[in-house]
Amino acid sequence: MSRTTTERARRTAERVTDPELPMLTLADLGVLRDVEVVGDGHVVVEITPTYSGCPAMAAMRDDLVRELEGAGFDEVEVRISLHPAWTTDWITPAGRAALAAAGISPPGPAPSTSGPIPLTLLPTARQVRCPQCDSSATELVSEFGSTACKAQYRCTSCLEPFDHVKEI
Amino acid sequence: MSEHIHTSPEDEHDSAYSGLLVNDAHWAFGTDFEDPLAGVDTTIPDGVDAPALAAYALMLGDDALVMSHRIAEWTSNAPDLEDDIALSNIALDLLGQARLLLARAAKADASVVPALPEGSPAPPEDALAFFREAHEFRNVRLAELVNGDFAEATVRVLLFSTWRLATFERLRTSRDHVLAAVAAKGVKELAYHRDYSARWFVTLAQGTDESRRRLVAALDALWPLWPELFDTHAVEAAAAAAGVGVDPATVREAAEGVLDQVLGAADVPRPEVARRAGVLGRTGRDGMHGEPLGRMLAEMQSVARAHPRGQW
Repeated sequence: MSRTTTERARRTAERVTDPELPMLTLADLGVLRDVEVVGDGHVVVEITPTYSGCPAMAAMRDDLVRELEGAGFDEVEVRISLHPAWTTDWITPAGRAALAAAGISPPGPAPSTSGPIPLTLLPTARQVRCPQCDSSATELVSEFGSTACKAQYRCTSCLEPFDHVKEI
Repeated sequence: MSEHIHTSPEDEHDSAYSGLLVNDAHWAFGTDFEDPLAGVDTTIPDGVDAPALAAYALMLGDDALVMSHRIAEWTSNAPDLEDDIALSNIALDLLGQARLLLARAAKADASVVPALPEGSPAPPEDALAFFREAHEFRNVRLAELVNGDFAEATVRVLLFSTWRLATFERLRTSRDHVLAAVAAKGVKELAYHRDYSARWFVTLAQGTDESRRRLVAALDALWPLWPELFDTHAVEAAAAAAGVGVDPATVREAAEGVLDQVLGAADVPRPEVARRAGVLGRTGRDGMHGEPLGRMLAEMQSVARAHPRGQW
């Protein structure tokens, strides 16, 4: 398949946004793993879930199919890739900037998950800055937030609550 | 978009309900991704007995499904909003693991999937979840108990996630690609579940007399089911021997090491209560369950069973 067709499919897929974080494209979030044109008008797209129970996978698939069909690809196949597991390290710099601009604190570096996972009894130490006022005086409210991938924080300077994309 | 529904593209983006109009025929009880393992390499590794792999995947899947359902019962009932959300998230992670594992079991051995009426759109993992009887479930009994208070939830999530994380750390090197991938992802999720429950364990133990009393009571009540988690069932022994599974007995030391750290930080001694015996030696892994599982399934499965062709 010609390079330009593959490029066009890729660019189309890369424009699709995440259903739960609509300020991010699937490419920025790092869940879009591969786009390949395998035959005339036949595209195979590979996506990976952020969490095992991610309820947005079907919505992502429907959005990808709609956009690619709109771009003239007749047969769009969306496959799941489970390995390697998604990590927040795959969120692009543009994605991190888009999160911060939308008032969501972007993740720091993901912890290593090779070998035994250490128990952490104290709240996870993170350098989280308030996305509203940029203060570093922030505190963790809960490691679980409005979606599986976010923790809840509050800023003790401006007192605003905000979401933080937690490192995995 | 089906033929008889007309919306302008602008409306689609403005209406929160527009998504409901896509794909008219939904299986009413699933999440609409036809095959959660679409595109995943589900080849049975060389020398592995497919029915044995399926039986092993069912055990891990049933643990997650039943535990997920119990934790989900906390939704809108937790002591505060943050913990309500935390428990819902934990339940959702486990439900996702259950879905992949049950789908893996079905893919390895289609004969484990209950037969449904002709024309039922239920995917195999839903057939397994909604159309098996209690005695066909292979979950450990810890997962199925009726919920108690928040201290009980804390202790149960701690025991379950400590054990499951120790198991998944090892399962990451399974020769089965699906189990290895589910474990690699699950490890990250379970680490959050374990930390969450361990912190609450210490907080409740070091809180008021009443919070400590409730925590210790919950630990005493659940402790008899802790040893069952490390029993080696023949299915697990076979899966471990074939390089696709983990023998639970081999993770006991690691799991107890973590648990001792939590107990130490909380200044709570290990309970001295005997393990709960099986029935004629049979436990959850053999399909021998307490009455609560039957009641739980009656509720969980009732709608799907009443509408086996359920579509909207």
